[in-house]
Amino acid sequence: MSHFIDRRLNSKNKSTVNRQRFLRRYKTQLKRAASDAVNRRSITDIDGGEQVGIPSKDISEPQFHHGPGGQRDMVHPGNKEFEAGDRVQRPEGGQGQGAGQGRAGRGGSGEDDFVFELSREEFLDLLFDDLELPNLVRNQLVGTTEFKTVRAGYATEGAPSNIDVVRSLRGAIARRTALGAPYRGRIRALEEELATLLASGIAETDAQVVALREEIDRLKTRIAALPFIDTFDLRYQSFTKLPEPTSKAVMLCIMDVSGSMDQVRKNLAKRFFILLYLFLQRNYDKIDVVFIRHHTIAQEVDEQEFFYSRETGGTVVSSALQLAHEVIRDRYDSETWNIYAAQASDGDNWDSDSSICRDLLIQDLLPLIRYYAYVEITPRQHQSLWYAYQDVKAVHRHFAMEEINGAEDIFPVFRELFKRQEA
Amino acid sequence: MASASKQIISDSSEWTFPLLKRFDQAIARVAHDEFGLDTYANQVEVISSEQMIDAYSSVGLPINYHHWSYGKQFVATEQTYRRGQMGLAYEIVINSDPCIAYLMEENTLPMQALVIAHACYGHNSFFKGNYLFRTWTSADAIIDYLVFARNYIAECEERYGTEQVELLLDSCHALMNYGVDRYRRPSPLSMAEEKRRQAERENYLQSQVNDLWRTLPVIDKEEGRLDERRFPAEPQENLLYFIEKNAPLLEPWQREIVRIVRRVAQYFYPQRQTQVMNEGWATFWHYTLLNRLYDQGMVGDGFMIEVLQSHTNVVYQPPFDSPYYSGINPYALGFAMMRDIRRICEAPTDEDRYWFPDMAGQDWLKTLDFAMRNFKDESFIAQFLSPHLMREFRMFAVSDDDREDTLEITAIHEETGYRQLRQRLADQYNLGSREPNIQVYNVDVRGDRSLTLRHFRYNRRPLGDSLDEMLKHIHRLWGFDVRMEAVDEHGRVQLVGET
Repeated sequence: MSHFIDRRLNSKNKSTVNRQRFLRRYKTQLKRAASDAVNRRSITDIDGGEQVGIPSKDISEPQFHHGPGGQRDMVHPGNKEFEAGDRVQRPEGGQGQGAGQGRAGRGGSGEDDFVFELSREEFLDLLFDDLELPNLVRNQLVGTTEFKTVRAGYATEGAPSNIDVVRSLRGAIARRTALGAPYRGRIRALEEELATLLASGIAETDAQVVALREEIDRLKTRIAALPFIDTFDLRYQSFTKLPEPTSKAVMLCIMDVSGSMDQVRKNLAKRFFILLYLFLQRNYDKIDVVFIRHHTIAQEVDEQEFFYSRETGGTVVSSALQLAHEVIRDRYDSETWNIYAAQASDGDNWDSDSSICRDLLIQDLLPLIRYYAYVEITPRQHQSLWYAYQDVKAVHRHFAMEEINGAEDIFPVFRELFKRQEA
Repeated sequence: MASASKQIISDSSEWTFPLLKRFDQAIARVAHDEFGLDTYANQVEVISSEQMIDAYSSVGLPINYHHWSYGKQFVATEQTYRRGQMGLAYEIVINSDPCIAYLMEENTLPMQALVIAHACYGHNSFFKGNYLFRTWTSADAIIDYLVFARNYIAECEERYGTEQVELLLDSCHALMNYGVDRYRRPSPLSMAEEKRRQAERENYLQSQVNDLWRTLPVIDKEEGRLDERRFPAEPQENLLYFIEKNAPLLEPWQREIVRIVRRVAQYFYPQRQTQVMNEGWATFWHYTLLNRLYDQGMVGDGFMIEVLQSHTNVVYQPPFDSPYYSGINPYALGFAMMRDIRRICEAPTDEDRYWFPDMAGQDWLKTLDFAMRNFKDESFIAQFLSPHLMREFRMFAVSDDDREDTLEITAIHEETGYRQLRQRLADQYNLGSREPNIQVYNVDVRGDRSLTLRHFRYNRRPLGDSLDEMLKHIHRLWGFDVRMEAVDEHGRVQLVGET
C-alpha cells in the first residue's frame, strides 16, 4: 500500500546552509568578482543580484581518475561505414570516438568558470564586506524616546484584540471542572444509591426513587448552568515597552549638478552615491538620507530627483553647505544623530566662494559631523575648491577627500574612504 | 481481453491526490498481481521544483550532513534550471524501506502515473531484489543512519569548529570511491547500534592505534627479518577503512567522520554498478505496466501518447557522430536489453536459440527476474547482450592506443565481432577498469611513518592530473608523507607522486 504525502508546504530552503558554506569558502574569489562587477554595471540595475564566476579549477573536488594515455577500448553506437580493422584519424576535441577522453575531464580540469547568480543580499554583503561607517558613536539620550515592544507574559486585563484564546479557554475548563466537582461527586453518590435501590427490587414509581431522580436532575441542571466562559477566565497577552539605545544616523548627500558637470561626471557621481546609499541601507537600521543638489542655489530633493533630474547653471558650492547646515540645525540634533556627509563635485566653483566653503566647513559644519567625504570627479587640474578643502583636511581628521578619474576608480575610492577603522 | 470493460480512470491532465491514489492502486494491482513484482511499501512525496533542486544537491538523499560541495551543486543546478538549459528529473527515488519517491508538482497526471510506475514499482523492486543492493545497503536503516550522521557531524562542528570538520570531509569525499571492500560483506546498519558502539569504538580504536605507533618498539633479536615484513601484510583497497583504523594522528571524532563518509559511500556503491540495469528495469516496467493499463482500457489514448512521448525521449540513443552524443544512454541500453530478454523468451529466432539456449522459449517473467536479481551491469551485459541488439544499436568497438597514430576499429556488429564487442562493452562497465586501481601497499612503521600507495595500471593508463591534489588530501588524513607508485603490467614499479 502506498502512502501519499504532500510536502510542498515544507520549507524550501533546505540547501541554504550548504549554499552559505559554499559562498563563505570562496569569499576571496567572490569578493574580487563582486568588485569587478560593480564597475561594469549601470546604475539602474545595481540593486539586483549579480552573476559571478569562479575558475572551475579552484572549486573542483578531486577524485582519482585516469589521465590521457595508455590504451583504451570504447564501444559506441551508430556505426555507418566502419569495418573491423579500419583505421581512422583521432578526432580533435573529444567528440565522436573521442568521447572516452571527455570523461577523464570529470575530475575538474575544465577551463570554464563556474558561473552562478548571487542574490542581492549576498552581493552587497560581499561588496561592502570590511567596510564600516567611520566614527559611529552610539549617541544615546538620557530621556530616550525609542521604545521596543516586547512580550511580557499574560495579564488579566487588556484590550480585546489581545485576548489569548487558548489560555482563556484553558482557564474556563479549569474553572468549570473545579466548580462542578462537588455536584458531580454528589451525583455519583446518588446514582449508586439509586442503583442499589433498583437492584433490591423497588418499583420505578416508588417515592424514594422519584426523589432521587429529581435530585440528580436538579444537580445536572446546576452543572449545566455553570457559565461556559466568564470574564474571570479571560487572559490577555501582555506587552511592555523597553527603552532601546539608538544609533541613528543621517547621511547628507551633496552633489553638484551645474552646467560644468557633464553627463559623464554626473553618472560617476551618481554611482558613488548609489554605492553609498546601498551601503547605508545594509549597515544601519535607522538611517535618514538627505539629498542636496546645487548649482548656484541649493535645493533639498528626494532620491528620485537627486539622481535622475537635469539642471544646469553656474556653481556656488557654499549654497549647498549653507543648506546642509540649516537642515542639520532644524532637523538633526547632533546629540541624537550621527551625522555624515558626502559631497561629489567636479571641483568647479566661483573662485571667491571656495574660501567661504572652507570657513563654513571648519567652523559650522565639521564640529557637528562625524565624517565628511569629498570626491572630486575630474581628469583635469584641481581648482580652487580642492586647495581650499586641503586646508580643511589639515584642521579636521574626520574630513576625507579623494579624486575619481573614471568609473574604475569609484569603488576603490569608496573603499578607501569607508574602510574599517582601526579600533 | 476479459477486463477490457474497465473504466478509464481519468482523462484530465491535472493531478489530484485522489487521482494519484487511484492510479497507484491500478498500477500496484498490475505490478503485484499480474507480474509478481516484489516491492517495499511506497512513500510518495509531492514536492515543488525548488525542493527538487534541494533534493538534487544533497546527492538525492532526503537528509544529509552539511557540506559546501552540496551548496555548490545546488547553485549549479539552480542556475542551469533557471536558464532553462536543463529540465529537472521527473523523479528521485531513495533506496529505503519504505521506498521514498518524490513527484514534482508541476508534472501532469500522465507524467505522475509514469513516475509512479517507474520509481515506485520499477526502481523499488530492483532495490529490493538485486543482490548488490541486498548486500551493500540496509534499506530499513539508511534514514536512521543519516540522521545519526548529520547530528554527529553537527556536534563535531560545534565542538571542533566548522572549518576543521569541513577540511576533513573534503579529504574523505575525495576518497569516497575508495571506501568499499569489494570482497567482504558489510555489517548491517542500525542507528541505535551505531550510537551504542560509537563511544566504545572511539576508545578501543585509539588504543589500537596507540599500540601500533608505540614509540618504543619491542626489542627484537631477529631485527633483519622484521624489517622485511610489510604493514599491512596484504595490500588494502579500502583506503578509507585503512585510514579510519590506522591513521596515526586522527582524533577519535575524526575517525568516526571517516567512517560516516565510508558508510555513505558504501550505500552508493551498488548504484554505481547497476545504472544500466536499474534504469533499464524501471523503464521496462513503466512501459509494460502502463501499456497493460491501456490494454485494459483504464487509460485513454491522450494519456498514452503523452507517456510514450516522454518515454521515447528518455530511451533515445543518439549515434556517436551526433552533437548530442555523450556515451551510451543507460536508459536506452537497459530498456532495450530488458525488452530483448522478453523477446528471446517469447519469440526466439534461430540465432537466439544458438546464443541463449537456456532462455529461448522460457517464461520471460522468471528469466527477467533472475537477471534482475543476480547481476550487475558488467555481468549483465556479458551475459545477456544479444547479437540482435548489437545490430540494432549498430555498435562498434574502437581501440585508442597512444602508441599508434590512428584509432583502430576492432570489432563491429557482425558474426565475427559479436563476442569481442560484448566483452568490450561489459568491460566498459567494470568499475575496476573505469576507476584507477589504487591500493595501500606499505607503511613505514619503524621509520618516518610514510604511507605508500600503489596504482596498478590497466592498459598502461596513467593517473590523471588530480594526483597531486589527491595526495594532499590523503596526507591530511594520514598526517605523514604519502607516496604513490605506479606498477605496470610487467610489475615494474615507478614513483609517480609524493607529498
